[in-house]
Amino acid sequence: MKILKTKQLEQLAEEYRKTAGRHKKTVTVCCGTGCLAKGAQKIVEAFEEYLDRCKVRDFTVEAVKKTGCHGFCEQGPLVVIEPQGTVYTRVKPKDAESIIEQSIGHDAVIERLLYTNPADGRKIEKYADIPFYAHQRRIALRNVGKIAPDDIREYIAAGGYQALAKVLTKMTPDQVIEEISKSELRGRGGGGFLTGKKWRTCRNVDSDVRYVICNGDEGDPGAFMDCSIMEGDPHAVLEGMMICAFAVGASEGYIYVREEYPLAVIRLKKAIADCEEYGLLGKSILGADFAFSIRIARGAGAFVCGESSALMRSVAGEMGEPRAKYIHSVVKGLYDHPTVLNNVETFVNVPVIINNGAEWFTKIGVAKNSGTKAFSLVGKVRNTGLIEVAMGTTLREIIYDIGGGIIDGRSFKGVQTGGPSGGCLPAALLDLPVDFDSLTEAGSMMGSGGMIVMDDKTCMVDVARYFLNFLVSESCGKCVPCREGLYQLHKMTVKICEGRGTEEDLIKMEKLANQIVAGSLCGLGKSGSKPLLSTLKYYRDEYLAHIRDRKCPAGVCKNLITYRVNPDLCTGCMVCVKACAYQAIAGRKKEPQVIKEDVCRKCGACVAVCKFNAIDVL
Amino acid sequence: MVTLRINGKLVRAKEGEMLLPVLQREKIDIPSLCHHKAVEPYGGCRLCMVEITKQEWSGRQNMVTSCLYPAEDGLIIQTHTTALIELRRTILDLYLARCPDTPEIQKLAAQYGVFQTSYEQVAKPDDCILCGLCTRICDRMGFGAISAVNRGHKREIAPPLKNAPPDCVGCLACALNCPTKHIQYTDCGFTREIWGRKFELLADKQTGRPTITREFADYLSTHRDIPRDYFEQNDESHRKETALILGKIAVWNREVPQ
Repeated sequence: MKILKTKQLEQLAEEYRKTAGRHKKTVTVCCGTGCLAKGAQKIVEAFEEYLDRCKVRDFTVEAVKKTGCHGFCEQGPLVVIEPQGTVYTRVKPKDAESIIEQSIGHDAVIERLLYTNPADGRKIEKYADIPFYAHQRRIALRNVGKIAPDDIREYIAAGGYQALAKVLTKMTPDQVIEEISKSELRGRGGGGFLTGKKWRTCRNVDSDVRYVICNGDEGDPGAFMDCSIMEGDPHAVLEGMMICAFAVGASEGYIYVREEYPLAVIRLKKAIADCEEYGLLGKSILGADFAFSIRIARGAGAFVCGESSALMRSVAGEMGEPRAKYIHSVVKGLYDHPTVLNNVETFVNVPVIINNGAEWFTKIGVAKNSGTKAFSLVGKVRNTGLIEVAMGTTLREIIYDIGGGIIDGRSFKGVQTGGPSGGCLPAALLDLPVDFDSLTEAGSMMGSGGMIVMDDKTCMVDVARYFLNFLVSESCGKCVPCREGLYQLHKMTVKICEGRGTEEDLIKMEKLANQIVAGSLCGLGKSGSKPLLSTLKYYRDEYLAHIRDRKCPAGVCKNLITYRVNPDLCTGCMVCVKACAYQAIAGRKKEPQVIKEDVCRKCGACVAVCKFNAIDVL
Repeated sequence: MVTLRINGKLVRAKEGEMLLPVLQREKIDIPSLCHHKAVEPYGGCRLCMVEITKQEWSGRQNMVTSCLYPAEDGLIIQTHTTALIELRRTILDLYLARCPDTPEIQKLAAQYGVFQTSYEQVAKPDDCILCGLCTRICDRMGFGAISAVNRGHKREIAPPLKNAPPDCVGCLACALNCPTKHIQYTDCGFTREIWGRKFELLADKQTGRPTITREFADYLSTHRDIPRDYFEQNDESHRKETALILGKIAVWNREVPQ
């Protein structure tokens, strides 16, 4: 069925709402990557199997929805009963029967499946009451976890493609750009460039052909915001791209998806096919004089291809290497034509801005940093998962209110924002508002939105070493400062971790790191030494402890630590003796044990099994 | 035409022309290892970086690679500030860690006062500086027989799957343009060996001396409308003329760039 008029779009939404209204309740099963890995598909099958066997009043198998990521991955698989908003966590396939019998058949709540608040041990029933969700503001993730991503009618019923209709019938391209400019929407991929300005520049370039590209090459370790959006709400991405294409005058678009996101590719392909069937992609969209088509380009696993010029080369089938951008890709991009490249999250924000107006959007967040930002909150924090908060929310609110604090009641040491090329921020900066400018000023960056929380058991030198190692293997190798410089920096951090570092090394590292910033060709190299520079700035003591005292305060760097049994605490239970793979622990039963330092490989297996905390790491 | 101010001196240049050729025309000694006028600028070695500013930038400066920055009116360029010299020293220092025994690098580094690397020597040093001239020239010639493989520090230049390259015609464009003479080849009588492939050389009908490979001659006759027997006569002047037509790269008269 082709939708030719806006009215038909509304009719379709109305009809679908009516059909869905036949069910008094719906069950949504989170089928994001995390929950799928934990067995969400089996849960869906269990529901289907049960409903195949038994009939339930006002409820059919159609009311069981497979949605995108709910964000609370740590507690997955999640099942939500709507409209009550009851959340069941860590659901198993065998729970399907009781969920239908008790929560659908009756209005009972299954206590044992509810989320337990670790703060006070109370069970929480409703979605909105869980602290993890209560402090969030979801705009980019508005539909993720709520609608079935593989059904276009679900998106339309949720108000989808209304913004496109509005743009095509009531607005001129200039008005669209004006609205986006007024909203002060900044690129969510990390750079924070004003989206409206980018679109305006592209429109003003004299050219017959223009392209719109969506950057879904989210390569940061531990980041999965764009993945969740593409998997959970693919139509919102498409709608954002269509509006952009209309505004800048493009007729072809690409979505560059990371090779590691096969599910996102499947969902996007389905969404594109549906749009073509409904006439939302192709020629004369919604009866207007606007043609647009979208193709999917898949990456091949190179981190550097998230960089705009490397991405465009990769789309064109060349080697994914960046080029100098003295001539911006918005002027001369893909196949040398003007190209708008925006991040997934940026595009998803566009339809909301068109629907609600720029003024509404600027009221969220802080000055010059309007709107919200999605983060993947990971690391040593209680509630890990996908979150979205208004700009200007402090790190403390994110880590303690949403994240529930540090695991095992340990103390907070730092948070790494902005992915491998971002920086680490210390406890003193916990009250820093999270927005583009504040983070950059503090020596880190927004990046795509990874947030890795670290506790006192994390060695910051080791963290710098880890991220440098990542960047050394992900640098494309085109320019010398990045290829050779980061390699040398990594070598020097290894040296310090092994206890061979000197204080001159620190000075040399700092100098080299600054030269890499100055001399590198692309963003990867320019920000590649940030993990080092920011840890050197905020955790210099720790570097000095490694160098002067040959000690690793966090007990991580193997060359600098020794394991010793505390004779006062050791009961001689011999559990550690069995756990040691190197036979490094000896002693008599019921007497304190002794670790042979020359044999010990410092694997930490003994510490993990000791119930009496009798093994010290010095 | 636009007017630039280079190290205080007013210089005229074509609008949009890259800065490096302008600097070279002005006889300013600016190092560069990955630039060649026959191919697109690359920006890999970062040695030709200069500091630019403009009157209206209110003091903001920017470091750019001169090989890739187009000339625009009113540009103020500094080529040898302390920061730039320091940057070049660091880059050459890093190069020396990778290519400690390469005379071209040693010479350039010595000019900037670096005689020995201050960094850790890489495990297997060689002469390849990964400037990418060989692959770019090969592409420009129309063969694309070799390319960079692997990423980052493991990057190297190699034929596909490191086997003898099927698309190579033995023209030697890569080897003769290699600034550090890293690419090895042997010419022995009428056989040539490069990248692990053997080629037969054609003979000049008059002198009996070897000219170019059979594959290269085949390529030129089918793709560039050059008679099949053209390279069987050893006429230097004639060939120079053809060289210009052939993508401006004078390869077979052994014109190695400085």
